[in-house]
Amino acid sequence: MTAKTDTSGAHGVGSPPPTPTKKRSGARAPGERSLAASPTTWFVWAGTAAFFIFLIGILVSVVVDSLGKSWFNTWLPESFSKDWYSNAWGQFEMTHIIGVTLIVAVVVIVISVLVGVPAAYLLARRNFPFKKTVTLLFLLPVLMPPITYGIPLATVMYNIGLGRTLTAVILVNLVPSIPFVIMTMTPFIEQINPTIESAARMSGASMRRVFTKILMPLLIPGILAASILVLVRTVGMFDLTFLVSGPQSDTLVVAIYRAMTAAGGGEARQLISSMAVIYTLTMMVILIVALRFVSPTQLVARVKESRED
Amino acid sequence: MTSPALGRSTATRSTASMRHRLAERGIDTSLLMLVPALIFALALFVYPFTYGIGLTLQPSAATQEKWGGGAFSNYVAFFKDSFVSDSVWLTMRLALPAALFNVLASIPMAFKLRHRFRGKKFLTTLLVLPITLGTVLTAQGLLIFAGRQGWLNRFLMQIGVIDQPLALVNNYLGVMFSLVISGFPFAFLLISSYLSGIDPSIEAAAKTMGADWKQRFRRIILPLLAPGLATTFILTFVLAFSVFPSARLVGDAMGSTRVMALMAYRAFGEQIDYPMASTIAIMMGVIELVVITAVLLWRSFLYKGSTGGKG
Amino acid sequence: MAIAASKFESLELQGVGRSFGGIDALVDLNLTVRAGEFIALLGPSGCGKSTALNCLAGLLPLTHGQILIDGKRVDTVAAENRGFGMVFQNYALFPHLTVEKNIAFGLQMRNVPKPEVKSRVAEAIALVKLEEHAKKLPGQLSGGQQQRVAIARAVVMEPRLVLMDEPLSNLDAKLRLEMRTEIRRLHQSLGLTTLYVTHDQEEALSMADRLVVLREGRVQQIGTPEDLHNNPANWRVADFMGYRNLLDLDVTAVKGSAVTLQGEGFTLRGTAVLPVTVGDKARAAIRPEDLVVVSPAEPVRGGNTMAATVSVVEYHGREFAVGVTSPSGRGLHVHSDHAPAIGSTVELTADPGRVLVYQADAIDVEKLSVEERELAEVRG
Repeated sequence: MTAKTDTSGAHGVGSPPPTPTKKRSGARAPGERSLAASPTTWFVWAGTAAFFIFLIGILVSVVVDSLGKSWFNTWLPESFSKDWYSNAWGQFEMTHIIGVTLIVAVVVIVISVLVGVPAAYLLARRNFPFKKTVTLLFLLPVLMPPITYGIPLATVMYNIGLGRTLTAVILVNLVPSIPFVIMTMTPFIEQINPTIESAARMSGASMRRVFTKILMPLLIPGILAASILVLVRTVGMFDLTFLVSGPQSDTLVVAIYRAMTAAGGGEARQLISSMAVIYTLTMMVILIVALRFVSPTQLVARVKESRED
Repeated sequence: MTSPALGRSTATRSTASMRHRLAERGIDTSLLMLVPALIFALALFVYPFTYGIGLTLQPSAATQEKWGGGAFSNYVAFFKDSFVSDSVWLTMRLALPAALFNVLASIPMAFKLRHRFRGKKFLTTLLVLPITLGTVLTAQGLLIFAGRQGWLNRFLMQIGVIDQPLALVNNYLGVMFSLVISGFPFAFLLISSYLSGIDPSIEAAAKTMGADWKQRFRRIILPLLAPGLATTFILTFVLAFSVFPSARLVGDAMGSTRVMALMAYRAFGEQIDYPMASTIAIMMGVIELVVITAVLLWRSFLYKGSTGGKG
Repeated sequence: MAIAASKFESLELQGVGRSFGGIDALVDLNLTVRAGEFIALLGPSGCGKSTALNCLAGLLPLTHGQILIDGKRVDTVAAENRGFGMVFQNYALFPHLTVEKNIAFGLQMRNVPKPEVKSRVAEAIALVKLEEHAKKLPGQLSGGQQQRVAIARAVVMEPRLVLMDEPLSNLDAKLRLEMRTEIRRLHQSLGLTTLYVTHDQEEALSMADRLVVLREGRVQQIGTPEDLHNNPANWRVADFMGYRNLLDLDVTAVKGSAVTLQGEGFTLRGTAVLPVTVGDKARAAIRPEDLVVVSPAEPVRGGNTMAATVSVVEYHGREFAVGVTSPSGRGLHVHSDHAPAIGSTVELTADPGRVLVYQADAIDVEKLSVEERELAEVRG
């Protein structure tokens, strides 16, 4: 059976004395350099540090700015006040703007999902004539710069009298969002085993019931992930909204931009900072709610999968 | 009567109903599910786009007068008016380096961070942050933080590295910063997921065959990662090329960061010259397409295959 | 054969162990391998066999013990410098390189001159009979072909040790049988020392010179196929080796190694593997092939008779596998040279030398592996 080996050093000359009971770290394969060793690592950590310094610096600067009474030549503002926020709220009707932003976002999400998910289902499950053309058609708006189709689209909007309306803002935001939902949901549906649907039908379920009782529950995580992405994109979308919106239909980003570029050098910097902070807080709240359902890499990895072709 | 089979027999023709024959080819009522999406795509994308192209061929009277060329007057103006045509080069000058940097810097980062470690999820969440902050907020923040009076310059002067504040905003650098801040996390996350898509046992196999990390990287990982890198570059480039608000807010809108998007908007919103605006917009798309095609061609000369696992 | 093994005299694993994250994946493995041997590491999933292999390859670090080749320590050497060949479970072929380039890779890493690379690669391809696929990419090959490329890739380097991690588990049954013979043939003609991991005891028995049976990271038994087939060291190894009938009985008499057991409505004579005393609870293990239905051609053996009721009959060509129920309701798997009627009562017999008796130890439900738990549920 098992022969107990003699470990008392009866080996060839020059071999180190055996230490069979010494315990060693289990994290690295022999010969592998540790995470802290090479020069590339230092470069990477230095780069990451610089990046985060900028990021945090930017964020904090804006927050401090928005809370300072006046701040020009010193490290920190001389005094602090919350006046800028109330100014912003009053002068710019923040409630109205936030309301507009949320309405646009929600409507865009709902329509995109209602229209996009069925289309994604077909693309995932069926082959039909001209499928490649249709796929390309849906892929294009996501790949192009928004300006390229945005300007002609805005021209049409103005021509039919929809310029500067809420409807126009919603419509233009749908152009990238519907394909986005389709591109995100198609691989998601593909990875659901199609034989599940066959099994349901053999148990007597009609097509409609297969959809509502079997497919929809499985699709919810994907739909949530896609919705969050659409939400972030729409709330943050500048180019398209800017082209067709007006004072009554500006979203938050557009309002801030207008404030920054208003004739005569723009509004007071602190005012803008307070609006920017309000914007960030809104985004944060949205994201915190979102991250309870999806993990961060999914947010981008989904896009990667859908753009694989 | 039946004729004798002549060598190879032909398949029997389907005698099923029309409905079934159509279904074989994928046409049945469920195709209706595609219709709403198609309607939106056609009405809001295809139609305006073709209308826009048509519009470019209907130059305004002023343009025709100034540049000649009849129906193609807009295009003549585009290429001849250096104020406008220079914007192509200026946009490229921003977008190409930004995209290259974002992709190349992501590679070592993705490598170092691909194994599990404590705080990985936290780090990844932090990296997603800039994507959500958006360009406008980043612009405002850069103006304050990296401005002449901002903390960055103060700090550098304090520790004696410089005696005059650096001009980091309202110029090319400002827009560059903005592009990197918003583009790098995106590129990093994409490349990370491509990297994790490579089967780890392939690397283990290379190890057992005597390859050290340099050889593994050059001969195994890089070729398998290359298609993903190309895709990431294309996506990052598209984002960078479309830069619009940052060029105005932290750049030099009438000077060194006079990007195409700004020119298009100027024609649209300020000059109310819809045909010219559409022309610039279309040209943006065309130039982008050229770059994308070039990258895709390069990519298709690389290996064609999956990224790992059994066939 | 131009591909010959670089020789070493012995490979020793001394007290090799690996613990990670609070789990002991492998504990105190002691093994000496002679040059040219084919050793199988066998056990259920999670038993530590793959861990042992990966530690040997250098892909995982040891937490205890050391590995020596001819007295020189190998466990501190990086994987790329050990000079072992490895075949992975999912083949791990480089998807962007052709079959030829895949096989040539290891030689290129060792800076072998180009003409030699070419000839050695051609030889390896001929060895696994893949000449007409030499320029194809892995994605264009079937599972079996990919597996042969993986093998060629490992042996072309003339490694002093070949490691195989369940290489056949992803193939279909027929192909698996063919490849088993192929691997055995290669081993016999090339003489390369091989360590082979598998969970299939039949495979291990047919291919190996010696087997190492592992469970929960610990060695249960090391021996030749014959040793393990006929003399399993404990009831768990017996269970794993196909002794499907495990009966918990009371020891009523002991005389040397001959024991008499009682329970489940039987009285049985058996042979103790480890000493037991009267009054102990014991576990008797009997192979289905050794427990037969009495018939004119199969007389009673060693005075062992048991009555049981027939519940299932399976046709197996030359004989029948019969499922019976004991008077106490316990199911048994037996063999018969004829097909008894379902529901009839038959008499069973077994040679006492083939009734192996072990101490019955408590089964800790918590520690059962997934497969063991499932088996227990099905057996009832």
